[in-house]
Amino acid sequence: MTVALSGQSTLAPDSQNTFPRLLLAHARTRGERPAVREKDLGIWQSWTWAEAAREVRGMACGLAELGFKRGDRLGIIGDNRPRLYWSMCAAQMLGGIPVPMYQDAVAQEMTFVLQDAGIHIAIVEDQEQVDKLLEVKDQCPDLLHIIYDDPRGLRHYSQPFLHGLDEVIAAGTIHDRNHADFLDDEIAQGKSDDTAIMLYTSGTTGKPKGVCQTHGALIAAAQGGCGFDKLGDTDEVLSYLPMAWVGDNLFSYAQALVAGFTVNCPESGDTVMTDMREIGPTFYFAPPRVFENMLTQVMIRMEDAGALKRRMFHYFMDVAKRCGADILDGKSVPGKERLLYALGQLFVYGPLRNVLGMTRIRVAYTAGAAIGPDLFRFYRSIGINLKQLYGQTETCAYVCLQPDGKIKFDSVGLPAPGVEIKIADNGEILVKGPMVLKEYYQRPDATAESINADGYFMTGDAGFLDEDGHLKIIDRAKDVGKLNNGAMFAPNYIENKLKFFPHIKEAVAFGHDREMVCAFINIDMGAVGNWAERRGIPYSGYVDLAGKPEVLQLIQECIEQVNAELAHDAMVADTQVHRFLVLHKELDPDDDELTRTRKVRRNFISDKYGVLIDALYGGKQNQFIETEVKFEDGRKGKVAADLLIRDLKVFPVAQRRAA
Amino acid sequence: MAREIGDIILDLKSVSLSFGGVKALTDISFDVREHEVRAIIGPNGAGKSSMLNVINGVYRPQEGEIVLRGEHFAKMNPYKAACAGIARTFQNIALFKGMSVLDNIMTGRNLKMKANILQQAFRLGAAEREELEHRAKVEEIIDFLEIQHIRKTPVGRLPYGLQKRVDLGRALAMEPQILLLDEPMAGMNVEEKQDMSRFILDVNDQLGTTIVLIEHDMGVVMDISDRVVVLDYGKKIGDGTPDEVRANPEVISAYLGASH
Repeated sequence: MTVALSGQSTLAPDSQNTFPRLLLAHARTRGERPAVREKDLGIWQSWTWAEAAREVRGMACGLAELGFKRGDRLGIIGDNRPRLYWSMCAAQMLGGIPVPMYQDAVAQEMTFVLQDAGIHIAIVEDQEQVDKLLEVKDQCPDLLHIIYDDPRGLRHYSQPFLHGLDEVIAAGTIHDRNHADFLDDEIAQGKSDDTAIMLYTSGTTGKPKGVCQTHGALIAAAQGGCGFDKLGDTDEVLSYLPMAWVGDNLFSYAQALVAGFTVNCPESGDTVMTDMREIGPTFYFAPPRVFENMLTQVMIRMEDAGALKRRMFHYFMDVAKRCGADILDGKSVPGKERLLYALGQLFVYGPLRNVLGMTRIRVAYTAGAAIGPDLFRFYRSIGINLKQLYGQTETCAYVCLQPDGKIKFDSVGLPAPGVEIKIADNGEILVKGPMVLKEYYQRPDATAESINADGYFMTGDAGFLDEDGHLKIIDRAKDVGKLNNGAMFAPNYIENKLKFFPHIKEAVAFGHDREMVCAFINIDMGAVGNWAERRGIPYSGYVDLAGKPEVLQLIQECIEQVNAELAHDAMVADTQVHRFLVLHKELDPDDDELTRTRKVRRNFISDKYGVLIDALYGGKQNQFIETEVKFEDGRKGKVAADLLIRDLKVFPVAQRRAA
Repeated sequence: MAREIGDIILDLKSVSLSFGGVKALTDISFDVREHEVRAIIGPNGAGKSSMLNVINGVYRPQEGEIVLRGEHFAKMNPYKAACAGIARTFQNIALFKGMSVLDNIMTGRNLKMKANILQQAFRLGAAEREELEHRAKVEEIIDFLEIQHIRKTPVGRLPYGLQKRVDLGRALAMEPQILLLDEPMAGMNVEEKQDMSRFILDVNDQLGTTIVLIEHDMGVVMDISDRVVVLDYGKKIGDGTPDEVRANPEVISAYLGASH
């Protein structure tokens, strides 16, 4: 067993040990500094800490008037809107527990959370979300009030249980003025070990569970992170990831309230890129998928650029690949390379960072899933201090962080301040520290299962600590399998390598208890469509494009490249992909193939597409399949295709390196 | 769900229009009530677009008159129509392709700009204040039509469905009382049609704008209109609620081409 322990984190003083107290402290000490910005009607509107505190107080009293009490859960559904963030704090002032939900979930998916958490009052963003709740209200008898932020389109809704947030705040503000003691008393009753928030796990494994995190846990995690990266009240962050995701909670809420930096809310989901360029955040976080999309966009645009620009781009990207990351880490690099890199900075990297809105970034994090090393290297090589962190909802997304200057591409870094890590005998990573969850809501069985007798949380991830104490994640402990010849098979590892190609959007690798590795591939409609257009390959839609022999050839070349890379590393050389097919439909959370955070649901897919797997391993050259799909409006349809299966070149294992 | 339908706001009385020997419209009368969605349908060449052109004064009918809010116009012209609060969109999108979405919609505010050219050229106080007001209004429209992400994009680079939406946005920038839409959904796919229908109903419902539209897609027309007038070969052959029109034997034969 290996144990790693890092220095203790400092404890918050009593006056600042809950989020409402932190908010009031900021209102006192930096009342005039911007707390939140939102782009509305084309203009960035900002609210100072003092204004934010006033709004939150009004909201809290308004909620109290509607009957919200200590311990109640407040449902929150919507995009990242300032008032939705404030509603979290308002609920916490009253000793309640905010429960943010994924805003793009369909109504039926929300019922589970609404019922499980027994939500009486829900604050939602707009008509779309109100409609969803009205649809399922009969199934949720606990739901008594729905409050909406944006009244647009709701003029004709006359249900007595619907309230505009403006009215709720107005009523609350009057209440607060008349009974100023009421709210102060409520805030004074708050304790550090009260549950601050409930986040539902995405349910890669079974029914979602409500993870209860305390004020103390989140504040400890936020303080640790802020200290680690020296975040202060002048930092700027762009909040555009779902509020129901623990990362957004840590970065946009907990850390913002601990460090006092400014949270910026984009105008809409479609404008994030533009808004990011305008704000120029100094601190940025995104799941690997977002970094992947950005890179895909850049690559597509470069393909369309003129020959000179394209050559310049590729030349300097090669320079960056050679020395960019070392320069960022402050390692010694030959003078000639340094000079070339400086030129590249002028002509390529600088403008590129500017286009991505990353000019001012001091620290960027990726979390949520493992990032492909090549993708990671790309961002670091153009001078963006992208780092990985490791953690899960149950640990406030705070277990490991990569220290500046000591980045290893294939590890997630050192244990974060205050966190203790232990590797169990089966390779599972166990963690202990102040950030470990209090419990799963009303699931003592699950709580007992995930926290062992010594107080360690069992992450379910497999990994090991290397010679420098850096943690390396291989895969989900339960996903790591073995090929029939006994070689370790880590599907995520292979899939991430595949997904680095802009043409591959999603990949699913199979191989556990089998002779060899085979894979399903999802093409990226944007990138492959563009590729096909430039080559004059006509296609009518996704299914057609995915079945083109030219596209199969393209994908085949990508996978063979991955095979060549895999062959270099003795640990994984046996898991080269032998056969593959390109799926006729995109894997979609609406069809339950991906989770809402876009992780592959392996078991579900292998059941659903069993016939394709049989064909892959049965040596067939093609296989017909018909699949039911759910459209965005809830209707169902079918897509059918005859999928071609291709064999891949497999490389001999390079000389075995001594371990 | 729409607003209470009010009094007659626009009344066309015995309008006839011919180009030389070609009779485009023959003795057509119908009215439009405040806050309603009024559709004009008919086979190709029935005179639908001519009808819209008569209403906003592009064509001058040889006979008949237009009564707009009690005021009689024997001769309408586009400027008068615009001043009287009639805005329109075009079948073939007529936007400025090289200008951004924002600027295109801003052109719809032209009539409302009061500052003179000198003030505008030097951005004097009045012109600047006015510009801010207009920009605010345009931003409201951008928000309303959910096109924030293309605010600064040149219109020529946008897909067709979005261009149509910008066209609607420019018409809305006039804050019209009557909005004439010439085939707002032509050439759109099902999803774009649904979006457009929703925006038209939203305009009608939330801004209270009276809407006169020409449309080929019967499903859309029947779904969103309060009343429908049917033209065929320049003559009116039906007028009433969608259900009435659907049951009208003349309409059926015009559409199905049955022999008389």
